[in-house]
Amino acid sequence: MSGGAGSLDPNVAPVPRTRRGRPRGTGILIAALSTLVVVGVLGYLIVNSAGWPVLQSNFFDAATFFDTLPKIVKAFALNVQIFLVTEVMVLVFALVLAVMRSLPGPAFFPARFFAIAYIDVFRGLPSVMVVYLLALGIPALQLPGVTDDVFFWGIVTLTLIWSAYVAEVYRSGIESVHASQDAAARSLGLSRAQSLRYVVLPQAVRRVIPALLNDFIGLQKDSALVGFLGPIEAFKRAQIETDATFSFTPYIAAAVVFLAITIPLTRYVDWLIARNRRQRMAGAT
Amino acid sequence: MSQPAPPALQIQGLRKSFGKLEVLRGIDLSVAEHEVVCLIGASGSGKSTLLRCINLIEPIDAGRIAVEGEEITSPGVKVDRIRRHIGIVYQSFNLFPHMKVIDNVTLAPRKAGKVPKAQAEAQAMELLTRFGLADKRNEFPDRLSGGQQQRVAIVRALAMKPDILLLDEVTSALDPELVAEVLDVVRELAAAGMTMVIATHEMGFARDIANRICFLDAGRILEEGPPDQIFSAPREERTRQFLDRVIRAGRLSA
Repeated sequence: MSGGAGSLDPNVAPVPRTRRGRPRGTGILIAALSTLVVVGVLGYLIVNSAGWPVLQSNFFDAATFFDTLPKIVKAFALNVQIFLVTEVMVLVFALVLAVMRSLPGPAFFPARFFAIAYIDVFRGLPSVMVVYLLALGIPALQLPGVTDDVFFWGIVTLTLIWSAYVAEVYRSGIESVHASQDAAARSLGLSRAQSLRYVVLPQAVRRVIPALLNDFIGLQKDSALVGFLGPIEAFKRAQIETDATFSFTPYIAAAVVFLAITIPLTRYVDWLIARNRRQRMAGAT
Repeated sequence: MSQPAPPALQIQGLRKSFGKLEVLRGIDLSVAEHEVVCLIGASGSGKSTLLRCINLIEPIDAGRIAVEGEEITSPGVKVDRIRRHIGIVYQSFNLFPHMKVIDNVTLAPRKAGKVPKAQAEAQAMELLTRFGLADKRNEFPDRLSGGQQQRVAIVRALAMKPDILLLDEVTSALDPELVAEVLDVVRELAAAGMTMVIATHEMGFARDIANRICFLDAGRILEEGPPDQIFSAPREERTRQFLDRVIRAGRLSA
């Protein structure tokens, strides 16, 4: 049965692939040259602008930079604490929201309604507003037995905000798992919950890991919002140093610290996405 | 024990519509213990839908289904428990791609059947060995050929020790050279006395293996009988036309 009329004629030589004639390395050279030209022109324009000397002393003062950087790095430890704790809580709470939202049938309408309303509200509000309203508002109620620790409430607020985004990421993953997988699990006698737990969710989460990491980068940046509440994290520390030195350079130092974490992670996410695509192209179901 | 056993499967007046389209229009079918029934008929005649209804994957609109004398379509019945007794294998395998072969096979016995892990794995290995898949136990499904994947899917269904096995065109998604290995597995199961309802386009195989052939046409069992009668002397004109088309198609692809 195999072969026959469909197979290729062995006597016809394969067509040589065009657009391969350029020697290796030429591409890199062109890229480097064009980058150099663009950066050079922009740099020339900036450095020769009328306001440059003032700007330079305000934002790019080397002495201030190296003086404040260690303090900001030290304060950044608090950011790390904030985003790690928050991330763990987000991953759990968002999953609960996503599962609630994908429950079928009329009996689960209240769960679906709650999840959708929650996600709509928290995705629709500016983060900074939610941080002020919740993290300052709830302690102000002075409820008995409820802590007024703004650091705690900062983490809770970030969890509430980012869970709304991450729930949607999970949901897209759940919906990407073909219905036949659930049918196969159910027809073996697994309950709906078991099918979700052992068959659907493991595949869904695997597919959305790059998107989850992407939101993790966003969360890392938002850890600076906790500084608005009082705890001295990197951004707040930069603010204090700015007030003390009359220079905006500490902000540049804080920016460098944030980028030192987020850029490598961004590159890693890109690599993961590219690998995922390669695996899908290779025909894995 | 001496009482006449109820049929393994009994269906009465089964109807099923998708929207305005009535796919099953009154199916009556009784399958005895150890019997092998093949469903034949054109695409869209309702074979797959019938199997999916028996497995309760599709809710039915009217009629009754009983397995081993127990009505499974009455409202209070726990579908998860019923499904453990009815195995189904799909055209597209539907193995769990994130699990090794052994975990694909043991998942349902462990989680739905509450069989301890070691025991479930021992039983799975027994089945995998029986069907020549023992060396694939730690492979992921996408590392296997289509024929191997379908054999694993059959083993996965068997691991629940079903009373009845439903096969939904299990060779239709396979390359021609892989069809035989899967059909051999089904033949062995038939020889071992497995009660089966098989939807298939492989007429030679159906003739070979079935105790009874049911020809489905437009949502009804138009004609049923022993394979020799159906294939050599069909009573109905529609059956004759269908078999003629199949034979012609067979000639073209040979």
